[in-house]
Amino acid sequence: MEDNVTYTVEQVKSRISEAFPTAVKFESKVKPRRLFMTADKGSLLKLCMFMKDQLGFNQCSLVTGVDWCDRMQVVYHLTSYSSNITAEIVVDIPRDNPEIDSITPLWGGANWHEREAYDMFGIVFKDHPKMERLLLPADYTFFPLRKDCKTGGP
Amino acid sequence: MSAYPNAIAMSAKEFVEWSTNVMDDIVRATGVKRGLDKVMDPLLNWGVRNSMYPLHFGIACCALEMAACSGPRYDNERLGLVFRSSPRQCDVLLVNGWVSKKLRPALRRLYEEMPEPKWVIAMGECAISGGPWYDAYNVVQGVDTFIPVDVYIPGCPPRPEALIDGFLRLHQKIKKSKIGTFMDD
Repeated sequence: MEDNVTYTVEQVKSRISEAFPTAVKFESKVKPRRLFMTADKGSLLKLCMFMKDQLGFNQCSLVTGVDWCDRMQVVYHLTSYSSNITAEIVVDIPRDNPEIDSITPLWGGANWHEREAYDMFGIVFKDHPKMERLLLPADYTFFPLRKDCKTGGP
Repeated sequence: MSAYPNAIAMSAKEFVEWSTNVMDDIVRATGVKRGLDKVMDPLLNWGVRNSMYPLHFGIACCALEMAACSGPRYDNERLGLVFRSSPRQCDVLLVNGWVSKKLRPALRRLYEEMPEPKWVIAMGECAISGGPWYDAYNVVQGVDTFIPVDVYIPGCPPRPEALIDGFLRLHQKIKKSKIGTFMDD
């Protein structure tokens, strides 16, 4: 862990593109102390491990899902306290088989975020210690934040 | 009532029934019951009316109005409304806020744990009918779908005055309920 080393956004960008030349693509959006990228489904766990161990991103502040009707996305916000950078990673996953590796082994704080994403979107996080519903009753059979979930009305 | 066939061998249950009937007949025949009712009904009724303890159970934003009502400006303790934290010590279940389907069994259990006589007040739109969460996938459409409700206080959220008014309506209901009569007619 390099917790005390400070990187600029450009340095983080070049380190990541060195390590993952094809799997990670950066977006052109520019904001101070922010980093936007899209990653492959398969290389996400390696990318997260690299960012945690080599670049000192020591907090996972958000995991959530997005339903685009033709595909689904998982969005991660990782924060580094020492560099003061928040990186957003967006991963596309197929809608008929929404599965992705869990990052709970890296950041314990992702545990309930991932369970909530499963609760609302039905995204299954592999190797999660307890992949169960968090907020809704356990006997619900639908995922309410999916676009095709019908709510209300007889 | 004669005790004739059972006087020799009476079970405990039969004895209680027999003696109760005898007492009842005597009290009624001599007019003691009317006298007792005349004294005890207003007294007990007054006591119950002026010590309605609601359960201190806040669910949603209406709970803030409940808190404002118990503050010094509205001061509901002058009406004998003391919020208690245990359902065993309560007379009124004040449901303030939406009830999710996960909360419903717990709320029903709280209601069952309260000793008789008990009343239920549904405060705010959500508790009355689901309110803004009408037809939602996880909100119960009104408290009266699973526990009997005595007073509805509309509002989103109702002001503390409205809450006090609801309790005064409950006063009127209790006043008419003959709660302090000595024996059933």
